[in-house]
Amino acid sequence: MATYTHSVSIDPEKCTGCTTCLRRCPVEAIRIRGDKAQINPLQCIDCGECIRVCKHAAKHAVYDRLEELDWSKYLVALPAPSLFGQFNNLDDADYVIQGLLDMGFKEVYEVAKAAEYVTDLTRIYLKQPGIKLPAISSACPAVVRLIKLRFPTLCEHLIPTLTPYELAGKFAREKVLREHPEISPDDIRTVFISPCPAKISWAKNVMEGQKVYVDYVVSMNDVYMELLSKMKSVAAPSPEADSQAGNVGLGWSITTGEAVALMNDAYLAADGTDNVIKVLDDLESGTVNGIRFVELNACSAGCVGGVLAPANGYIARVRLHNLRKTCAIQPNRLTDIEGMSGDALPGELVDARPFTYMPEGAPNMLSMLLAMQKANALVEKLPNKDCGACGSPTCRAFALDVVNGEAQLSDCRIRDSREGS
Amino acid sequence: MSEALHFHFDVDGASFANAGKASVETKKLLRQIGVSPEVIRRVSVAMYEGEINMVIHAHGGDADLYITEDTILITLKDVGPGIRNIEDAMKEGFSTAPENIRALGFGAGMGLPNMKRYSDEMHIDTKVGVGTTIELWYHLKPNAEGNS
Repeated sequence: MATYTHSVSIDPEKCTGCTTCLRRCPVEAIRIRGDKAQINPLQCIDCGECIRVCKHAAKHAVYDRLEELDWSKYLVALPAPSLFGQFNNLDDADYVIQGLLDMGFKEVYEVAKAAEYVTDLTRIYLKQPGIKLPAISSACPAVVRLIKLRFPTLCEHLIPTLTPYELAGKFAREKVLREHPEISPDDIRTVFISPCPAKISWAKNVMEGQKVYVDYVVSMNDVYMELLSKMKSVAAPSPEADSQAGNVGLGWSITTGEAVALMNDAYLAADGTDNVIKVLDDLESGTVNGIRFVELNACSAGCVGGVLAPANGYIARVRLHNLRKTCAIQPNRLTDIEGMSGDALPGELVDARPFTYMPEGAPNMLSMLLAMQKANALVEKLPNKDCGACGSPTCRAFALDVVNGEAQLSDCRIRDSREGS
Repeated sequence: MSEALHFHFDVDGASFANAGKASVETKKLLRQIGVSPEVIRRVSVAMYEGEINMVIHAHGGDADLYITEDTILITLKDVGPGIRNIEDAMKEGFSTAPENIRALGFGAGMGLPNMKRYSDEMHIDTKVGVGTTIELWYHLKPNAEGNS
């Protein structure tokens, strides 16, 4: 299996080996070994929950630093729609775009604009015969990875369109080449401003043969700091700072925004990784009827709740609601683009990454059966308090870790103290 | 291996809130062991139906999962009212669920037919006034990896 580079990382200097992240990781990918947290790269979905809950700032996302960008290139900023929810009393998106231009970006291509095209692509996709229903949005990369790792029968339900930020990168590059023939394609760099580590990992793990649409991914936090000071000095935005996004595009950063945009009542929308897992379990049991479209976001409130977005997600959501009232509904339609019919799914807008199941292990069923047999016997001897002091998230997980040689029975401190007394 | 890997689940009959927990847990275990997605899907659909049946008709019961290299067996045991007429109960759309349950969207009369459809073998042992035990069997096709 190809290696997958993760954005979420641990700083061993700061990690105290407390059990907060261990118990909050929704996919049990963390273990504490030698008093330091470790993330299992095969299981991590980059949701960022461990970054959110860490009390010691020992978890962080790895991304491109603003100062590391080559500012001599033609840099095009691709702001996520959630960026527009970060500012108090913002009633005109042009101020944000002007701020980005003042930071030194040559152009801005809003991901919210691309999201409106993806809404159209999704409408087309839902009309195709033979698709697996309900169709599940592939916009949240943490959810996509979760499905690929844990929900084998739902992989085929994922909608294979490019994500809004990939599409934004593609269209931004094409726009620059069209409008500025003097610029060499080698000099254009697209810079996605991300609210979360999952989108960073997704953009950084380009599979063989796949086109690269996003060159750099920077953190919304980093951009926010600089942007805020630039925006403060904007008296009035220049005509170049002309926001192209509408109500629909900005709504993508809020849970239900993507679903409502389809004008189709048969949808289900959920957020927060634990809730998402419950919905996926129900979908897999076949107990959800009459639903055509499913929108799932790993972060509560939607992308505005991303761990790299500075504002509280619920406050950002209110701000976006207010800003959206000033916007046209959906100014960007796929059919406005030359050569797009609105019926067929254009091949170049479909993701080349196959959504295939990646089993989490168990190359040999018999050995796994025997290991679980042993773990079962061991669990009965454990305190079953799921305290996490041993470094595994539950007693059951610990038992299996012991059987697999990844932990020692003596790591169980409660059992130790009971036997010693 | 001689002995089957065994897991036990209590099916809580007090509410629908917990119905389906055993099948979700089972699904997770089968995935860990490396059972094929197709079998996992069939098991989880059939077992979910069985769990719901136990909640609707029998105030819950016991669910047990037994796994060997080549077989999965799920037993669903309750001490409910029993099934009066299995032939009727196996007809699609036949339901004895009370009106308040149907109002919740359950009791459509697809429980037993779906359990049969999504298992390789189903055995029903039922006695009116005593209870019902249902066995769901799955025969795993040996694959090169599993037998190595």
